Amino acid sequence: MLIKKPSDIQPSEITPESVYRRRREFLRDSAALLAGGAMLPPLAFGQQGDALKAAAPPGLTRTPPATWWEDKFETIAPAPSEEPFYTAESLTPYQDVTRYNNFYEFGMDKSDPSNRSSAFQTDPWSIEISGEVAKPGTYHLEDILKPHDLEERVYRLRCVEAWSMVIPWIGFPLADMIRRFEPTSRAQYVEFETIIQPDTMPGIRSPFAIVDWPYREGLRMDEAMNELTFMAVGLYGSFLPAQNGAPIRLVVPWKYGFKSIKSIVRMHFRETRPNTTWNDLQANEYGFYANVNPAVHHPRWRQDTERRLPQTLFSRQIIPTRLFNGYEEQVAHMYQDMDLARHY
Amino acid sequence: MTSAASRARPGLGLLKPAVFSASLLPLAWLFWRIAANDLGPDPAQELAIATGEWTLRLLLITLSLTPLRQLSGRPEFVRVRRMAGLFTLFYAAIHFFVWMSLLLAFRWSAIGEELVERPFISMGFASLLILIALGITSTRAMVRRMGKNWKRLHRLIYPAAILGVIHLSWILRTDLGEAVLYGSILTLLLGYRLWRWLTRSA
Repeated sequence: MLIKKPSDIQPSEITPESVYRRRREFLRDSAALLAGGAMLPPLAFGQQGDALKAAAPPGLTRTPPATWWEDKFETIAPAPSEEPFYTAESLTPYQDVTRYNNFYEFGMDKSDPSNRSSAFQTDPWSIEISGEVAKPGTYHLEDILKPHDLEERVYRLRCVEAWSMVIPWIGFPLADMIRRFEPTSRAQYVEFETIIQPDTMPGIRSPFAIVDWPYREGLRMDEAMNELTFMAVGLYGSFLPAQNGAPIRLVVPWKYGFKSIKSIVRMHFRETRPNTTWNDLQANEYGFYANVNPAVHHPRWRQDTERRLPQTLFSRQIIPTRLFNGYEEQVAHMYQDMDLARHY
Repeated sequence: MTSAASRARPGLGLLKPAVFSASLLPLAWLFWRIAANDLGPDPAQELAIATGEWTLRLLLITLSLTPLRQLSGRPEFVRVRRMAGLFTLFYAAIHFFVWMSLLLAFRWSAIGEELVERPFISMGFASLLILIALGITSTRAMVRRMGKNWKRLHRLIYPAAILGVIHLSWILRTDLGEAVLYGSILTLLLGYRLWRWLTRSA
């Protein structure tokens, strides 16, 4: 159990001032109303989204890909105040989360995804569900999201390049989504694919690209069904920007960031382990499991510490990396009999 | 006679100060970006990449001066060659220092491990050691003292450049565009020398 000293985190770091002010007004008004004997349905006071742990700075919120998104984002359950679905560590600011990205379809520089993705099309969007499921098919995103209530989760994100962030995602558990398609007993793995949109993705058009697009990732079924595994459709209370994997992406917080595949258009359930993009490119550097592990050597980057972003030159936060990115309690049991150095 | 004449040419006295100032521009630009807080959320990494890229660019510029002189017949190119070489070393040293201080926080055991265990870093370091050796022996007195060996030693600039381009591919992961660009320029510069050497001895 992680107990934080109250001084570790400022309320201002979590909740924008306007939001907690509104909350105070809400309490004051409620008290006045109750004193006056009036009973109003709770929702009349405002949307639940007001209590989110983090909202995008005004002026930086996104336009929704389509109008139905607005309704979907009306009600979002705020993150709880304790681990594992929340961390009290300082959030990485919105402008850093949305301007420092690895999304190689848009280019290799960290700023390419935000600078070169303005033409990216996210509506209409559908996801093909195939393989070992009772209900395969190509589903429109609106139908996929319909039964799911959105919730907020504040997770650490650890990139294999040894930097890390803390991000407030909006989405729903992948397990809830998977159950709807009724995987058969032969479904041992689920494979994911990112969209290929050559017209809007300059990285794909590059003649020197060495990736065999589309980008592919995969999870073992128990990993996919883990309570931490999340499908994100937003961050900071708002719709996902293209560079963060709009309109829908995976978030697997105990694995290196490249496992959390973006802009998903296909999920294929299968009996055998799928090929994954980085594993195909450089198997000695990127394993299938890619669990965050400070003790497992990586040929390119040291994994014992991480640079928590944002940094400035004068206040650099270089912190120790934790096994399974600090989510050991929730996930370690899945790898009990495995040699983590061999199955990296 | 010709050198006296060219020295007398107006404006030539400004050549070295001009090249000197131009070589400091990338550094000035980086300082500006630090002051303007324009390096993004991971400034240490950004500085390491930028100083590394400028090292490689200056190295290629240095290597292009001799061919430019031979092709154009203008001696000015070679007059600034030593300065260009020393600025290459200057940026390489900053690059190395940024890596040691900002990325590895002077954890000496980690620095040692990195230098030995990661081939990309070892190659960059080998390239730096060559540049240091060339820098130390770049004075007129050293040129005189070393005689023939000076030229032999300074041919190490070629492996230094090759190691530098390989070292660059450290940061390339999905797209080899940059390695292709720098690699082609280096191939052109080394190819020119090979061609001259072959046609001369024939």
